[in-house]
Amino acid sequence: MAHNNLNLKLKVWRQKNANTTGAFVKYDVNDISDEMSFLEMLDVLNEKLITTGEEPIAFDHDCREGICGMCSLYIDGKPHGPWQANTTCQLHMRAFKDGDTITIEPWRSNAFPIVKDLTVDRGAFDRIIQAGGYVSVNTGNAVDGNSLPINKDDADAAFAAAMCIGCGACVAACKNSSAMLFLSAKVSHLAQLPQGEPERKSRVLNMVAQMDKEGFGSCTNTGACEAACPKEISIANIARLNKEYLRAGLTQE
Amino acid sequence: MLNSKIPAGNLDDKWVDYKGHCKLVNPANKRKMEVIVVGTGLAGASAAASLGELGYKVKAFCFQDSPRRAHSIAAQGGINAAKNYQNDGDSVFRLFYDTIKGGDYRAREANVHRLAEVSGNIIDQCVAQGVPFAREYGGLLSNRSFGGTQVQRTFYAAGQTGQQLLIGAYQALERQVALGNVTMYSRHEMLDVVKIDGKAKGIIARNLITGALEKHFGYAVLLCTGGYGNVFYLSTNAMGSNVTAAWKAHKQGAYFANPCFTQIHPTCIPVSGDHQSKLTLMSESLRNDGRIWVPKAKGDTRKPNEIPEEERDYYLERRYPAFGNLVPRDVASRAAKERCDAGYGVGTSKQAVYLDYAAAIERYGKIEASKQGLHNASKEEIIVMGKEVVKEKYGNLFDMYAKITGENPYEVPMRIYPAVHYTMGGLWVDYELQTNIPGLFALGEANFSDHGANRLGASALMQGLADGYFVIPYTLGNNLADEIYNTPIPTSHPAFEEAEKAVAERIQKLKNINGKQSVESFHKRLGKIIWNECGMSRSEAGLKKAIADIQSLKKEFWSDVRIPGEINEYNPELDKANRVADFIELGELMCVDALNRNESCGGHFREEYQTPDGEALRDDENYMYVAAWEAKAEHEWELHKEELKYEVIKPSQRNYK
Repeated sequence: MAHNNLNLKLKVWRQKNANTTGAFVKYDVNDISDEMSFLEMLDVLNEKLITTGEEPIAFDHDCREGICGMCSLYIDGKPHGPWQANTTCQLHMRAFKDGDTITIEPWRSNAFPIVKDLTVDRGAFDRIIQAGGYVSVNTGNAVDGNSLPINKDDADAAFAAAMCIGCGACVAACKNSSAMLFLSAKVSHLAQLPQGEPERKSRVLNMVAQMDKEGFGSCTNTGACEAACPKEISIANIARLNKEYLRAGLTQE
Repeated sequence: MLNSKIPAGNLDDKWVDYKGHCKLVNPANKRKMEVIVVGTGLAGASAAASLGELGYKVKAFCFQDSPRRAHSIAAQGGINAAKNYQNDGDSVFRLFYDTIKGGDYRAREANVHRLAEVSGNIIDQCVAQGVPFAREYGGLLSNRSFGGTQVQRTFYAAGQTGQQLLIGAYQALERQVALGNVTMYSRHEMLDVVKIDGKAKGIIARNLITGALEKHFGYAVLLCTGGYGNVFYLSTNAMGSNVTAAWKAHKQGAYFANPCFTQIHPTCIPVSGDHQSKLTLMSESLRNDGRIWVPKAKGDTRKPNEIPEEERDYYLERRYPAFGNLVPRDVASRAAKERCDAGYGVGTSKQAVYLDYAAAIERYGKIEASKQGLHNASKEEIIVMGKEVVKEKYGNLFDMYAKITGENPYEVPMRIYPAVHYTMGGLWVDYELQTNIPGLFALGEANFSDHGANRLGASALMQGLADGYFVIPYTLGNNLADEIYNTPIPTSHPAFEEAEKAVAERIQKLKNINGKQSVESFHKRLGKIIWNECGMSRSEAGLKKAIADIQSLKKEFWSDVRIPGEINEYNPELDKANRVADFIELGELMCVDALNRNESCGGHFREEYQTPDGEALRDDENYMYVAAWEAKAEHEWELHKEELKYEVIKPSQRNYK
């Protein structure tokens, strides 16, 4: 593949820690191959900053293959940048043109406090899972895996919801910073499987209560979360969540 | 001599007998016993959850922002289990046999047999947790094939099996956190093991957000910290994957076993340039349906679709007709290297071979057409239908390939090349997964025990979960039963104070160097040395040169590395410096081990030892042992051997022809 080199201008949010105010800082990055990933472009900038005695930009990342959910970045007003169904680590510089100015911000949400620069604390997601995002089965209790046939369509639908990587793009995309898509993905995953049935009601009630406690906003069904989701988690899951919540609330003992 | 503590008796009965006779800790005592688990991948999360369920007070640590990010999540293809749901002749014995053979007869029989025995329980446990495995229309679990086997025993969830299994274990872990049985310390990195009277009694961890050092006591310490593939700089491992926890244990006296046994995975997206930060795997499951080839003519520059069938060399099918494209990973990787080195490579770098789906698309299209009763379907219609089937099976992998390369793999063959993927070597452990330091255990990829010199596909997930869910709950109890008489040790104990001080001094020393070169640049240079001399093929001269190069790299690192920022703040460059310093030392030991092993076996290929047709030539008479290295001083190790005794399987030359 032939490749081109790009010269770009970056506007990056810099913030020392949660207790200080931040600001945008401008950087020039030159000779960026369009075969690079977006994070490799930031690596190049960071290497330059280190050798000139400046502090590198802190950003979260790990697997760099779109599955761990660690990377974030609000790029030119979009979580994970311009490509559809994509994470920042899988965004490649082919998406940009020579001379572009790229604005890079952290996830913005009260429930995700900033750690440093572009790194945020998403511990709220773990606490939502702790509230009920599991099947209460201890190791050793299981019966044979094939003793319980599950309709393939239901299994596929549960899998589609279970694909959520917990990155938080849905929260970042939402004008209210709602975590409904994240929460609904877990509720949908387990509600569509017989294994999730015994705790179906308590799960949804407890998880929603925890979400509210964490300071996430309300859902107004604009669909921004679905559009930003790197794993294309469907907003239909939110409808299912609402149904599950209503059902649980109405039939609770 | 190393005591592997393998129980007596028939191979089939060892684990059953062990479980029936091991010591137990009563529930009231478990509640008083703190256990430390470092790492929250499949091994760590499953261990922490299971031990929490049993009532132990668990403290779990991970360096990521959440335990759900651990690199097990990136495993694509699947997990093996001897369920024989396909009625194709699978059994515990066959899984055991395939694993031993795949590992080129350098794994311990008793451990591998236990792994095969519990493999079925893992699937059951995961299904019970709600892991959405792929299913057939009848509602039952689906299977596919992986390399090195002739049965279909791999369970999967599209190309995201690791993710689904890890989320299952993570959810079980979070449930224990909610119940108060596990305390989770995320964004924490273990920087030393604390030993008191020769036993592991705790760790020093660094809070990566504040930089503060913390002392944690535990009756036992479980290292579930994964492999060390990132020593190569470029690998399919996550950026943060590191050897630090295992290496600190090694420096405290734990033996490091078979460090030169590393796995180079045959199907990865080739390197595109110097900027590259990591490599991406294309799941081995693609070899189920894809065909691997290079042009028959050297230096053929035609586009792949312009090269007619008769001018293509399907070299794996040619060399290994019995297993074809499904030979084990080490064999497939070396065969790709052989073709590229001989001048038949493709793409701009010429360091790539084709993985072609055209035949599979047509085959699936025909099946689909016949399912739908379209007996006169045109070739175009068949291809459209075939692409749909392939998309359902491998869609996410094809998408990933397209994003990274900018090419459409449904239309042109993928270009692939081997890359570092897994490390079979690791901390030496006995049958109970305990290192030679009492109280210090190693689980999953962090230990060396089950895969010999080469791991079969879909066996890493199996081992991680076997260790965490089904082995450690028994073996830990057996070792803690006598500890109930000992009261917890306060972290004001001098051993904790000294360990903390040593860690602080090392960090300060790193920071004080204030040199000119970045941590990343050292890591890259280390990776190049190891890849060239201790990668897919190794030689005596090359390894000796590598050892000298690494020693001088180490000197340069400790005199010229530059770490920006402060110690007492969130400082990823400092974290990385700590890790790279350990990788440099490990790199040297890998070369020492590779140099010591004067034979070829599995992933360890010494150029001096090969058969006339280029296959690995083992030396069972002299090297049928686990090489367990003890750190003595800088650049100095002592070799301890654990002889491998094959009581059931008779080692032979691996034959996939």
